[in-house]
Parts: sequence; C-alpha cells; structure tokens
Amino acid sequence: MRTLIRNGRLVDPASGRDAPGDLLLAEGRIAALDGDAKGASADRVIDATGLVVAPGLIDLSARLREPGYEFKATLESEMDAAVAGGITSLACPPDTDPPLDEPGLVDMLRRRAKALARARVYPIGALTAKLEGERLTEMAQLAAAGCVAFSQANTPITNTQVLWRALQYAATFGYAVWLRAEDRWLAQGGVAHDGEVATRLGLAGIPVFAETVALATLLELVRSTGTRLHVCRLSSAAGVALMRAARREGLPISCDVGIHHVHLSDRDLGYFDAQCRLEPPLRSQRDREALAKALADGVIDCAVSDHTPVDDDHKQLPFGEAEPGATGLELLLPLALKWGAEQKLGLAQTLARVTSSPARILGVGAGRIAAQAPGDVIVFDPAADFRIVPEALRSQGKNSPFLGHELAGRVRATLVAGKVVFEQP
Amino acid sequence: MPPNPQLNANGELQHLLSIEGLPREILIRILDTAESFVGVTEREVKKVPLLRGKSVFNLFFESSTRTRTTFEIAAKRLSADVINLNIAASSQSKGESLLDTVANLSAMQADMFVVRHASSGAPFLIARHVKPHEHVINAGDGRHAHPTQGLLDLYTIRHYKKDFRELTVAVVGDVLHSRVARSLIHGLTTLGVPEVRAIGPQTLMPAGVEALGVRVYHDVREGLRDADVVVMLRLQNERMSGALLPSAQEFFMTYGLTAERLALAKPAAIVMHPGPMNRGVEIDSSVADGPHSVILPQVTFGIAVRMAVMSMVAGH
Repeated sequence: MRTLIRNGRLVDPASGRDAPGDLLLAEGRIAALDGDAKGASADRVIDATGLVVAPGLIDLSARLREPGYEFKATLESEMDAAVAGGITSLACPPDTDPPLDEPGLVDMLRRRAKALARARVYPIGALTAKLEGERLTEMAQLAAAGCVAFSQANTPITNTQVLWRALQYAATFGYAVWLRAEDRWLAQGGVAHDGEVATRLGLAGIPVFAETVALATLLELVRSTGTRLHVCRLSSAAGVALMRAARREGLPISCDVGIHHVHLSDRDLGYFDAQCRLEPPLRSQRDREALAKALADGVIDCAVSDHTPVDDDHKQLPFGEAEPGATGLELLLPLALKWGAEQKLGLAQTLARVTSSPARILGVGAGRIAAQAPGDVIVFDPAADFRIVPEALRSQGKNSPFLGHELAGRVRATLVAGKVVFEQP
Repeated sequence: MPPNPQLNANGELQHLLSIEGLPREILIRILDTAESFVGVTEREVKKVPLLRGKSVFNLFFESSTRTRTTFEIAAKRLSADVINLNIAASSQSKGESLLDTVANLSAMQADMFVVRHASSGAPFLIARHVKPHEHVINAGDGRHAHPTQGLLDLYTIRHYKKDFRELTVAVVGDVLHSRVARSLIHGLTTLGVPEVRAIGPQTLMPAGVEALGVRVYHDVREGLRDADVVVMLRLQNERMSGALLPSAQEFFMTYGLTAERLALAKPAAIVMHPGPMNRGVEIDSSVADGPHSVILPQVTFGIAVRMAVMSMVAGH
C-alpha cells in the first residue's frame, strides 16, 4: 500500500522544517518526501492543499480505562477518539483495575490494542504491586511484556525507603521511571489548589509545597541512584524552578505538563465547576503562566492530554466528591495549537511539544517527518473551528472544562504505519 | 466568572446560596424585611400567609437540630407546608445520588429546598438542576457558606450597633473549617465594615484569607483590642486534639474568650456565637451568660431572617 499526500504544508518539528511539499508512505514508513515523492505512483492520493501535514501526536498519558472501568470507556471508543484527535502513539498509565502490575495484563492490553489497529499503545507498568507503594513489581518481566516505563500514576509512594529501592532497582536495568511529584500527606484530603479560591469556596487545599517537597525528594534520590526520571504533570511555578535548576545540573530527568494546566487556573473553578476538578489541581494564574512559559522554553519537555474519561454519575457531584480528570484525546491538538499561538511560537516549535519531544522520552522513532521514519502522519486544518460538545466527542468521556468552547484545529486524516485509520472531510 | 447563579435575570434573589456576590442593596433589603418579621414573631398569632400552599423541603444531608428547627419554624410562620428529610439516614445510604434525590422530591411538587450538605458547593449543584419555579436555600455547605447564619449575624450586629461603617469586628477561632466565618466576613465587607479581624493559630487559618478582606491576628489580646463585636466560632470536637491543636484546654488558654480578655474590647462590645457553644473551650461561661452576650437574641433573630429569605426568594 503506497499513499501519497500531496500539496500540503509539511511540518517536521524534529528538524524545524515548515514548507510545502509532498509525502509518500510505503510499507508502513515514510518512503520519500518532496522531489523524491513528486509524481510517485500510489494506491491512494490525499490532497492536502491548504492543510498541514505533520507527524502524528504522541501522548504520554491517556487512560483507556481497560481493564476494569469499561463503564467509563472502552478501548474501542478511546482508540477511536485518539486517532480522531490525531494521536498516533499513546502511553497509558497503570491505574486500571487491576493495575498493570503483571505481565499477563500488559500482554492482553497490547493484543487488544493491536487488534484494533489504530494508535500505537505503550503500556506503563506499575512500579509497585497494586500501586500500593510497598512491594516492587517484576519489572524485568513487565518490560519483556512491553512496558516502556514504570509509574505510580496518581498514587505516589509514601514510604521513602520503598521509593529509593524502586528507583535503584529500575536504574539497575536502565528502566525509566515516570512519577508525579506529590507528597501524599501534604495533599491528603485536598481537592483544589490551596490559595485564595479554595479559601473562598471552602474547599480543602493542596499546597504548592505538596509538589515541591516531593520533587526535591525525587531529585535527591535521582542524584544518588542515577535513575532516568520523568516527572509527570508538573503543576506549579515553584516546581518549574526546581526542574530548571535540576536540568542545569545535568540530572537525567524530563517532565511533562497536562495540556489543561497551561490554559486554566483555579479561577476557572467559578462556582464549583467539577469539570475543573483535575489531578494535580489547577493552580494560580501565576503558576499557569510559568507552566506555559516553561513548556515553550523547554524546561518542560512536552504536553500530555492526561485523558481521563469520567462518566456523569461521577462528575455530577459536589466539587470535592467529583472524580478528578478531563477528557483530552480530542482536545490535545487544538489546545496545543492555542498554547503555541499564545506563546507566539511557530507551528514546528508548537508541535514539537506533542510529537518529537515525547517521542524522545518514549524512545521511539516516530514524531518526525523524515525518510524511513514510521508512517505515523496526520493531516489537519489549523484554522478550522469546532465546538466542544458531547456529541462531537468520540471518547466515552464527555467531561471537559472546555465544553461549549470553540477551538481551532481539526484533524482531516490520521495515518498509522502508513494506513489511513481516520478520515473526515 | 459565570453569572451569579443566585440572581435571576432581573437581578432578584432566585436562590440563597452564599453571601458572597450579593449586592449591598439585597443584603439591606433582607435585613429590613427580617425586621418587619421580628414584629410578627412577637405577636400572639405568629403567622403570615405569604407561603400558603407552598411546600418547603428541609433536605439535611448532614445532621442538624438547631438550624433545621429554625428553618421549620420560619416556614411554618409563613404558612408553608414543611417536609423534613433526614437524608443522611435514608436514600444516600442506599446509594442514590444527590441529583436523583432532588429530582424525586421535585416530582413531589416542591417549591423550595433548604439544603445542608457536608460538601462545599452542593447547593450550587442542586440549584443548577432544579426547575425554574423551585428555589434553593443553603443551610450550610461544607466549609463554604452558611448564608442565613451570616445574615442573622449581620442582623444582630445592626440591631445593637447601627452603623456598619464604624465597626471593628473580631472573628475568633477555627476560621479554616468555618462556613459561618466565611459568610459573615463577606457580609461585613459588603456592608462596609472597615476592620474585620480573624484571630486564631496558623493551623486554623485558611491560605490567603487576607484576600477576603480580613486582617489576621495570632495574638488574641491584640486582636480583641477595641473591637465592637466579638464573634466566637465553634470548635468541632474532632479538631480539638491532633495535628491542628494539642488540646481543648490549651485552645481555651490561648484563644478562649474570658472576661479579662473581653475587657480589652470596647466597653459596649457585644459577644456572639453561632452555637452550639463549647463552654470552657471557646468561651467562658461568665462571658456567654454575661451582659455583653447577645447569643440568645441571635437565635430569635435567626427565625425572622429565615422568614425574610424564604419570602424573598419566593418573590415577595
């Protein structure tokens, strides 16, 4: 199967290229571009006049809710949503039920995902059994089953002895560890950023130092163990400052931010809008600005959707009782474009944060437009608006702080391994 | 910020969810209306027909005797039919969701819901889902608000002190967990009180409370100096010993209101407490029962204030 994408604006975030051109995909890969692709014979020709042709998005955190939470979402619905949102690779955190803490579960998830033949799925294994923070998982066996990293999702390890040993053990085999920086004791009972808004609304707060105390601990352990650490969902300006210093020091670290957190702050809670109940919490306007800026200057490597489908029964509740999380697969591209425009970045630079940067962290060859790169490509219209309404979302998760908003950036076609897996006029 | 969900398109009170965001004129109108009802409650026949034929549902997801009773009395004096539901002990324990409970009661032709809930914001959620002719009154939600208590506190202050614009009001104790404090603070700042003080240890002060327009004092003597009004907050039993406070005795020693401390306030200062009181923890009996105390009149005014709120949201 040879597919030719013609007359598009070809953007390669890895090289910074942003120029018109043609692209030929064959045998699952990018076979040729520009002059080499011109006039090539193909089974299928996509006319991308007026559209952007770019690598598919790589999302380092998307909950597919399988196994265990099929009432919230199924692999089918979420894989449909992913490719509709232009996401061609995604990493799923281990907080399923049961958690991804044994090879059989990982294997099953990969098989199911593969059979659906849409986005590529990279499971993140649990760092400790049942995510309980007590006993290490069989990391070598999980890695053999296909886990690309190990994580605790949203349940940080409280016992620092276990945390230290887990990092040591992972470092022994060169496994990457992806952790959120949150001190569980300091965050205990909290549902919103500990500040003026939470005080006004009478919501129990999660202080910024719940993040920085845990982050300082993690960085200190990385200094000792040399573990490759990816810090997930940074939420505060103080956290950004710690990361900036640690990177300057040369520690083997990287980090991401939830795409909602570069757009929203605790002010958006309004009158208890449970759609804004997220983990970590939306923090102050100043924190939001620092995150958006750090994502631009590279202290934060990439943005993730942190896709978390939540059904109405668990969202239509008083703020503190509502389940945290927002749907994100179909909003990642438009929200990334909106962020890039606000930061006055070019398209290549903007897309780098959701393509080539996360590809580097994941250690995969996708995320670039170059000969012999994987044939994971999207064609999108950066100017086409769409209204975020439940009916417009393929994900089973209709929970979004952006419901009712208009966002620009519509995917017209998504190709994974050279095959069209999604198309809309 | 979305539009204030308490007000209808004409800027009139549709629900009472929080004092925050209510314009000064509405607060004054509630207090004035309450004043007219104080006369009613002192008559031999204590009823007016303003809510005749209306059904008021007392929805208490968190137990309460005092507040529920005063709402019940207020509704009955307005000639409404009152249905008390102690939900903590019924459908919620069977797993029915908050909105399902409300939808069911709504199907029984409710006109007004008086809601108490342990979660901040619960009455806002309900108000977003009720029918246009139904009204929601917040009777206390989590740490967020207790607007009728705040209003009766304002009423009491106005009754004894007249001009809000010359007052110093000290609120003492567990501000962190107090919906009473939040509602009162918003009311006082809206009505132009120039100095509102919050007094307590750091462990019981919420982050950034200064943004609500208060000055924080950790030293009770400094905070009480020259105050016109002293409001003592209730300290919940479960918070008396643990990581927030070492003991009730030590709290009384450091922040309890004694006659000697009260002497630092203005000679004509009044002492208030939302009840129920912990004598010997927040307040010494000699002060609670002393000449400065207006704690019992607060309760009486509370009924008139709740009558005023109910009649106003119903459109009178």
